[in-house]
Amino acid sequence: MLSIVEIDYGTPKATSETIVELEIDGRTVHVPEGTSVMRAAAQAGISIPKLCATEMLEAFGSCRLCLVEIEGRKGYPASCTTPVAAGMKISTQTPKLAEIRRGVIELYISDHPLDCLTCPANGHCELQDMAGVVGLREVRYGYDGANHVYPKTKGGGENPLFVAKDESNPYFSFDPSKCIVCSRCVRACDEVQGTFALTIQGSGFESKVAASQNNAFLDSECVSCGACVQACPTATLSEKSLIDKGQAEHTVTTTCAYCGVGCSFRAEMKGEEIVRMVPNKDGHANHGHSCVKGRFAIGYATHPDRINTPMIRAKISDPWRVVSWDEAFAHVASEFKRLQATYGKHAVGGITSSRCTNEETYLVQKLVRAGFGNNNVDTCARVCHSPTGYGLKTTLGESAGTQDFDSIEQTDVVLVIGANPTDAHPVFGSQMKQRLRAGAKLIVIDPRRIDLVRTPHVHADYHLKLKPGTNVAVLNTLAHVIVTEGLVDEAFVALRCEPEAFAKWRVFVAQDKYSPEAMEAETGVAAALMRGAARLYATGGNGAIYYGLGVTEHAQGSTGVMGIANLAMATGNFGREGVGVNPLRGQNNVQGSCDMGSFPNEFPGYRHVGDDAVRHSFEQAWGVSLLGEPGLRIPNMFEAALDGSFKGLYIEGEDIAQSDPDTQHVTAALSAMECIVVQDLFFNETAKYAHVFLPGSSFLEKDGTFTNAERRISRVRKVMAPKAGYADWEITQKLAQAMGYPMNYGHASQIMDEIARLTPTFHGVSFEKIDRLGSIQWPCNEEHPQGTPVLHVDEFVRGKGRFMLTEYVPTSEKVNAEHPLILTTGRILSQYNGGTQTRRTANVMWYDEDRLEIHPHDAEERGVTDGDWVGIRSRSGDTVLRAMISERMQPGVVYTTFHFPGSGANVITTENSDWATNCPEYKVTAVQVTRVTQPSEWQKRYRAFSDEQQALLDQSVDTLGQA
Amino acid sequence: MNIERLVTMANDIATYFAVEPNHAAAVDGVRDHLTRFWDPVMRRQLKDYFAQGGEGLLPLANEAVDGLSVPPVATV
Repeated sequence: MLSIVEIDYGTPKATSETIVELEIDGRTVHVPEGTSVMRAAAQAGISIPKLCATEMLEAFGSCRLCLVEIEGRKGYPASCTTPVAAGMKISTQTPKLAEIRRGVIELYISDHPLDCLTCPANGHCELQDMAGVVGLREVRYGYDGANHVYPKTKGGGENPLFVAKDESNPYFSFDPSKCIVCSRCVRACDEVQGTFALTIQGSGFESKVAASQNNAFLDSECVSCGACVQACPTATLSEKSLIDKGQAEHTVTTTCAYCGVGCSFRAEMKGEEIVRMVPNKDGHANHGHSCVKGRFAIGYATHPDRINTPMIRAKISDPWRVVSWDEAFAHVASEFKRLQATYGKHAVGGITSSRCTNEETYLVQKLVRAGFGNNNVDTCARVCHSPTGYGLKTTLGESAGTQDFDSIEQTDVVLVIGANPTDAHPVFGSQMKQRLRAGAKLIVIDPRRIDLVRTPHVHADYHLKLKPGTNVAVLNTLAHVIVTEGLVDEAFVALRCEPEAFAKWRVFVAQDKYSPEAMEAETGVAAALMRGAARLYATGGNGAIYYGLGVTEHAQGSTGVMGIANLAMATGNFGREGVGVNPLRGQNNVQGSCDMGSFPNEFPGYRHVGDDAVRHSFEQAWGVSLLGEPGLRIPNMFEAALDGSFKGLYIEGEDIAQSDPDTQHVTAALSAMECIVVQDLFFNETAKYAHVFLPGSSFLEKDGTFTNAERRISRVRKVMAPKAGYADWEITQKLAQAMGYPMNYGHASQIMDEIARLTPTFHGVSFEKIDRLGSIQWPCNEEHPQGTPVLHVDEFVRGKGRFMLTEYVPTSEKVNAEHPLILTTGRILSQYNGGTQTRRTANVMWYDEDRLEIHPHDAEERGVTDGDWVGIRSRSGDTVLRAMISERMQPGVVYTTFHFPGSGANVITTENSDWATNCPEYKVTAVQVTRVTQPSEWQKRYRAFSDEQQALLDQSVDTLGQA
Repeated sequence: MNIERLVTMANDIATYFAVEPNHAAAVDGVRDHLTRFWDPVMRRQLKDYFAQGGEGLLPLANEAVDGLSVPPVATV
């Protein structure tokens, strides 16, 4: 079922600048060349009956309902497949057309159940609407003939055409008896999602929709994006939530709280209850598409595990005491003041969240800088994209991706390095696949054979299957080929980049040691492949680089990012559509949390705290004097906690005990602190070490903005009241007030107004403008009042681009006899990061435990078969997972996801980190893998500790009940 | 803080800048990085360690730490 509020124009929008004039039903209409007659009519307010057509999909012309008459042409062409032509005179309603349409609908209805009153689509069924529109009054054929509707034939035998409902998918049901075989679902799977999981099986009257080879949906290749459900004109494919609740009565447009794509959704509501989430056709990041998480996995927001009352305790071995908000605020303020009085002003700090809004993030860093009086504020980007901030700022002058997603439509060569878009950024992954199917070339640099390497109608031109930890070597080698084979865009470099830095870099990468042949043994990539890939990127037209945590989460993460920027500068791939350097951000608001001054050394807008003019502007606005020296980063906070100088931490929406590397080190640090305040939806891993729990609000419960990977600022809109009473920004504000620092915002928009006043790249941003434009890509200011889709157009933000020397330094994390394999980590489509949200949804039906992917050769050597329990031991710790034998892996490399805390993926990861930013080296850990029969010692301790903490939590709830 | 960790981190920074052919620029690079990104407490601790001999610090890190500015305790 399509959105209940969007108007469907029947076929996609045409983009031509040539305007065509024609006449439809006597009205003069002007539309772009290439527009269908159906769409031209719809834009003029004339509805032509249709069933197989929807704006989501290319015209198909199968239902024969949208026929029209065109003056001077024979017959009755389908308006969906007929493009407009100048001077056309079209009639959409004639007696002949009415007769044909009625005949068509009559046939459809003769093989369709007549249970409209109890049907989930009732009220928004397109078949029902069309029956009404054409004036169908009788079905001359009766209902007793061959049909797909009834399980039994009239004679009482099995009806061979009948297929029972498929309820296997947790989120939608498939009722073939209601199918009209319009193919919209199949086409949505092909054209929108690009998975090709659905098909029309059989022909003629026997044709039917099937998932993969006649599988149940859950067992098929279906990725449950829901595009088919949205496209279905009847109730054949319906959300189970719609079946349960009935039609929504209003919608609210908001932004998804999962990955960095930042899809726009219309929440279809009944009062304060969500009936379903429908991706917004006008969403600038997603254009009406979604993935299984954004559309379906929202049940966590109303999950019974949510904690909705503040709680405090003196020691983590105590039960919790449920308290009022006022008592909680007063307690935190008094504790933090006590800690500062006892151990010094620097003994406390805060962590902002990439899951919270810009406004909330801004307030936490403001509370730390102005309220606590230090710069001990950091964010989870520390462990994901901090090297992006450093690397892109150093080379280009701005800590952000250079393009919008739609830029890929102009890309000729897509280079994906250390990213897995079809799993981690699925909606953009679909857009990328569409572009590749339309002919763009593809280079994948990844140790694993990710789906993108070989997927229906996409085949990577080059897959550089490098050894983990050799990104910089590969990037330098690509640069070597470009420089030594004369493929540098000399004109671009001369005009746009610093000449001295470039000259130095050219000599640096031209060294023999970086030739593909010399590097072959180190990187594991054949020289010929390397040369081919470099030539393709440099000479194949518009080249765009997309990268992710496979670049940043290394000891040389920042060097890798700079290596990427160097490559793009050397080939002139900046400053226009189709090119650029595009970090795919992990969480919904990683870009935003970084923009908002979450780093200990930077105010909002990436301006160093040591910059006197900037600092004075904040001092003036905030009415306090501020420190001009950097504060502690998250790993520094842990070190300081362990040496006894750091005692209190306010954590908004982060789960450092699960997400940060070397878990045992983290929990030791947490255990050494005296007041840990966790503000979250759930009693997460960190909360087990906390002294104060402040119940946070989900993205559905507040107003604000998220900034996605394209620098796109989109509105988050409140659709229901906060479960615990306050939006997260209100909690921070109350905390500040309790600490004696005044904050008095009445609405999130006032916080954005302050951000805009104080941050040059945000000067032009306001809620009012975002509401008006739909979304805004920063910089948005006097120079760019409508925002900036492409950065660095005429010059780089820093003026001239700066080539940086990027020496390859092998990581100290090396394989040896004791730890002969390299472990690398990543995500899977159905789960999200630490899993706090997705584990509390039916998404666990696709993936309910982290597995260790291992190459058959390595498995065989160890006597490991698929599904065996295996121990994974590094120098940091050990854990036990079940093995999954996988040809995707290269021998010597194993892989796991990190979605379940009990898996202990981070018990194994080490303290190694990026030289510039301390971003952890999650992607390279030397390990040994052995068959085992029981959980690891850590897992046993973890289980016992978690049980104990759960018991303390349950006790607290009991106390409240008795009170 | 754990001085070994600080030494490793300082050496990691020095290792990055070691490729810079202009030695003075390399030293400045390390020093500037420490100044812009490290909390004064960490800088002070590293500098004290350097004053006591700085065992384990790479030569480039040593040179950078030598001229490292650290604000007086009272102002931070």
